[in-house]
Amino acid sequence: MSKIVEELRYTESHEWVKKDGDRFVIGITDYAQQEMGEIVMVELPATGKVARGQALGVMEAVKTAEDFYSPLDGEVVEVNTALDDNPALVNEDPYGAGWLVAIRADDPSQYDELLTADQYRGIAGE
Amino acid sequence: MEKKTPLYEKHKALGADIQPFAGYLMPIKYEGVTSEHMAVRKAVGVFDLSHMGEFRVTGPDSTAFLDYLLTNDADIPVGKAYYTAMCYPDGGIVDDLIVYRLGRDEYLLVVNASNIEKDWAWVESHKNGFKVKIADESDDTALVAIQGPDAQKTAAKLTDADLEKVGYYEHFTGTFAGVPALVARTGYTGEDGFEIYVKAEAAETVWDRVLEAGSESGIVPAGLGARDTLRLELGYPLYGNDIDQRVSPIEAKLGWVVKLKTDKDFVGRESLRRQKDEKPARSLVGLSVVGRGFPRHGAPLFQGERRVGTITSGSIAPALNQTVCLGLVEYGLRKSGTELEAEVRGKRIPVKVVGVPFYSAGSRKS
Repeated sequence: MSKIVEELRYTESHEWVKKDGDRFVIGITDYAQQEMGEIVMVELPATGKVARGQALGVMEAVKTAEDFYSPLDGEVVEVNTALDDNPALVNEDPYGAGWLVAIRADDPSQYDELLTADQYRGIAGE
Repeated sequence: MEKKTPLYEKHKALGADIQPFAGYLMPIKYEGVTSEHMAVRKAVGVFDLSHMGEFRVTGPDSTAFLDYLLTNDADIPVGKAYYTAMCYPDGGIVDDLIVYRLGRDEYLLVVNASNIEKDWAWVESHKNGFKVKIADESDDTALVAIQGPDAQKTAAKLTDADLEKVGYYEHFTGTFAGVPALVARTGYTGEDGFEIYVKAEAAETVWDRVLEAGSESGIVPAGLGARDTLRLELGYPLYGNDIDQRVSPIEAKLGWVVKLKTDKDFVGRESLRRQKDEKPARSLVGLSVVGRGFPRHGAPLFQGERRVGTITSGSIAPALNQTVCLGLVEYGLRKSGTELEAEVRGKRIPVKVVGVPFYSAGSRKS
């Protein structure tokens, strides 16, 4: 059983999005980290412009590599540099210390178009 | 439709991540690749390898037949085993396998699961003129591997045999966990260990008894994920990744299993002799990743702008805490210290040729 946090929004590619003032924090879901297994490196993006659906970076697990994507149009304003030394944070605390990037959205209403926890539950096979 | 091993229900009950592999539904991991890997390095782990194929060869010409079919010398003492390649006439590898000599005229060949059908056809098509019988026992045979420094301590609780007397690559037929078994001191991890071949219907008993016997050492079930990282730390090639029909044993640095020093004829001999004399075009080498990044199977290797090879396996090496790879490179670049670059998603990652094994502190007996 993987954990889904009620107050977050989600994507079909298993990112979660948290509204944090005027920016949006992004990570991957508990389901996604369980599917990938132990994450051994996270390649984070540089700060700057991104488009919705664009690959932000790559997560390398022992057996696989997976891209993660921007759920919003906007600008990457911060990346979680703690993952450089400790990529396992994504496994240990996917909704907390394992966050990936923060984005300032061009159009904050895009957030409302993302999946709700209930909708995501169907995709995560719960 | 994938096959299940006789231990499938055990894996499910343990909550394993089960995925199709070589036509079987196999446990990739239980708790996690790294923890299973380290349990095998530090204590003991148990693997279900029942997907592997087993062919029994019997008859008065068994030794002559295997000497013709396989690159290594078949004429070893009863009770011993050897690692070998089986080649096409052009020297490409049909499969790599372990052969146990069970009697004067009886051998067990253990082949890769992904190659069972191809190998069977190949072996069958060469038996004309030899007085041999070959039986495919793959579906009736289960294989449970106990690997790690505490493997002997664990296995000793399940047999009356004196395991101290069973050397590396030696085996015996006897009772193990109360059932008839072939018990061999072989493995693919670089650690001491035993591979237990039993009838499929006895698999669950053996599995349960091994877990029980190993509990004192903290035994864990280990999946194919850990099996892969363990073998890679030793630099052992994996068929389908590092070696295949386009790679010869000479290129794969498996010249030691090719009996060119004898006068025995065998399939592939001429091609392999020529390759050895004239030096192969490529060589399989160990590579350590200098920068940050994870080159994996298929990543191209460059020296400057020149394409010089391909990564064949790559993974984090949990016992070494660094990324290691195997790769096929131009023969002239095979020397330790040679600096190359692997290309991953358009980025160049510096790598360096290093000797294998990457990990040499294992408990393997010889």
